[in-house]
Amino acid sequence: MQKPRERASLKLLGRLLRNRSGAVGLVLVTFYFVVGLLGSVELTPHPPLEQHPRERLQAPSATYIMGTDLFGRDIASRIMGGAANSLRVAVFSVTLATTLGTLLGTLSGYIGGTVDILIMRVMDVFFALPALLLALVVVSVLGPGINNTVFAIATVYTPIFARVARGPVLTVKQMEFVLAARCIGAQDWRIVLRHVLPNTLAPLIVQISLALSWSLLTEAGLSFLGLGTQPPMPSWGVMLSESRGIAEMAPWLMLYPAAAIMLGVLGFNLLGDGMRDVLDPRLRGLR
Amino acid sequence: MIRYLTQRAIAFLPTLFGVSVLIFLAIRLVPGDAIVAMLGTEAGMLTETQRASLESYFGLDKPPIEQYLVWLGNAVQGNLGLSVRHGAPVLDVILSRFPVTLQLALMSLLIALLIGVPIGILSAVRHNSFIDLIGRLLALVGLATPAFLLGTLIIYVLSVYFRYLPNSGDFVRLTEDPLLNLQQMIFPAFTLGFPFAASVMRTTRSAMLEIMNQDYIRTARSKGLHEVNVVRRHALRNALIPVITLVGVELGYLLGGTVIVEEIFSLPGIGRLVYNAISQRDYALVQGIALFVAFNFILINLIVDVIYTMIDPRVSYAKAA
Repeated sequence: MQKPRERASLKLLGRLLRNRSGAVGLVLVTFYFVVGLLGSVELTPHPPLEQHPRERLQAPSATYIMGTDLFGRDIASRIMGGAANSLRVAVFSVTLATTLGTLLGTLSGYIGGTVDILIMRVMDVFFALPALLLALVVVSVLGPGINNTVFAIATVYTPIFARVARGPVLTVKQMEFVLAARCIGAQDWRIVLRHVLPNTLAPLIVQISLALSWSLLTEAGLSFLGLGTQPPMPSWGVMLSESRGIAEMAPWLMLYPAAAIMLGVLGFNLLGDGMRDVLDPRLRGLR
Repeated sequence: MIRYLTQRAIAFLPTLFGVSVLIFLAIRLVPGDAIVAMLGTEAGMLTETQRASLESYFGLDKPPIEQYLVWLGNAVQGNLGLSVRHGAPVLDVILSRFPVTLQLALMSLLIALLIGVPIGILSAVRHNSFIDLIGRLLALVGLATPAFLLGTLIIYVLSVYFRYLPNSGDFVRLTEDPLLNLQQMIFPAFTLGFPFAASVMRTTRSAMLEIMNQDYIRTARSKGLHEVNVVRRHALRNALIPVITLVGVELGYLLGGTVIVEEIFSLPGIGRLVYNAISQRDYALVQGIALFVAFNFILINLIVDVIYTMIDPRVSYAKAA
C-alpha cells in the first residue's frame, strides 16, 4: 500500500512525463545532475586540474573525447567538474533563497498589517536594482569567489521567492479550511505549516526551476567576468572565457562549455514550463 | 493626470531612499577600511597624519549616520562624490558613458521587437503549425543563450569566417561617425536583442492565444471582418499590453545590466564602467552607478505605468494609485 502523498507525487510525475516540455526538461536536468554528481565525486576520465604539458590543445580523440585546453587539461573532465561546480552553486543558493524568501513571504502574507508593509517595502528595494547589477554589487562587497557567488545569487532570488510565496498565502489564509483549523484550536505555526504552505507550493516549485536556470547562468556569467569561480577550478563560464582568442585554433574549447550552458539552462526552462502546465491547468497550452 | 503622476512619483520615493541606504550599507560592509580598499597595499606606506587627513577628507572620521546623511544630502543635489580612479565627479563620469549604454539598450530593444512581435503573432495565429514550432524552438534557444555566450560565438564566427573583428579599433560615438558607430554597435545590440526577442515572442504569443479565444474576437469574425483586420485591430492592441510591461522591465535591466556585452565588445558604457569600478575598488563610483541605475529603473517603471493608462482605458488613474 502506498501512502496517498506518494501516490499523488507519482501521478504528478506521470503527468509531467506526458507533457512534451516537461519530459525533455526532466531528461536534460537529470542528465545534468548525474554528470554533476559524477564530477563532484571525481569520477571523471582524467582529474579536471591535471595538466598534460605535451598534449596541449589536442583535438577531440579517443583519449580526450572533447580535446584538451591550453594547459593540456582534459575538456570532458573539466566540463564534468564545471557541472559539479555550477550544481553546487545552484543548490546552495536556491536552497538559501527559497528558505529565506518563502519564510519572509509567508510571514508577510500571513501576519499582514505593518509587518507585511515593512517586509515588502524592503523587498521592493532589491527589485529596484537589475539582477546582474545587484549580484555584481554583492560580489564587489564580499570579493570574488564561489561562496560569494552563492550569496549574490541568493540575494537576488530571496525577494522573488518572498513575492511568489506571499501572493497565494493572502488567498489561502481567507479560505474556510483555515478558519476551520483555527476553530478546532490549531496554533498559528501549525496552520501555516500544515494548511497554508502546502497550498502555495505550485508557484514555488515552478519558480525554483526558473531560479536554478538563472543561477546556472549567473554563475557562468560572473565566472566569465572573472568574479565568480576562480581558475584553475573548472567552471563553464571560466572555460568559455578562456576559449576567447584561441577558439580559432581550437574551436572545441568554446563549443563544449557553450553547449553545456545552453543544454543546462534549456533543461531547467523546459522543466519549469512543463511544471507550470501540469500544476496550473489554467495556463495549459498557452506557452 | 498630473495628480496621478505626482502620486506615483511620491510612492517611489521610499524605494529610492531604501536603495540609497542599502547601497551605503553595502559599501560600508567591505572588509577592511575604505582607505585600504582605495589604495590597496600602498595604504601601508601612509603616515598617521596622512591617514587622518585622508579620513577627514572623505568624511570617514564621522559617525556612520552622519556620513550617510552627508552623502545623501550631496546625492540629492547631484553630487555623488569623486571617483578615485577617474579623478572626476562620479556623476560626470557616469553621464559621459551613459549615451553608449542608452543607444545599445534602445537598439537591442528595436531588434527584439522587430523579431519577437511578428513571430509571436504568427505563432499564435497559426497555432500548432510549422511556423509555431519554429518560433517556439527559436524562443527556447534564445532564452537558453545568455549574452556572454552569444557574444563569444558571434565574435568567433565573424573573425573566423568573415575575417572581421567587431571590437577592434577605438569606439566612435554616434554623433562623430554614425555609419561606423552603427557598424560597431549592431553586433552587441543583436547579442542583447536576441534573448530579449525570445521573451518578447513568448509573451506576444501567449497573450495573442489568450485573446484569440475571447468572445469579442468571435463577434468581430462573425460580423464578417477579414481575419487580418481581426488580428490587427482587435487582438493585437490588447496583446501588446503585457509586451509593454516586459519591455519596461527589460529596458530597466538593459540600462544597468549590459555589463557582459560591453565587456566582450569593448564598448565604453555604464556596464564596463561598473565592472572596472568593481575590479579597481572605486567604491564611490560603484555607489553612484547603483543609485543612478536604480533611479532609471524606477523612472522607467513610472513611464510604463503612464503608458498603460494611455493604451488601456480599463486601468484608471485613481485605481492604480
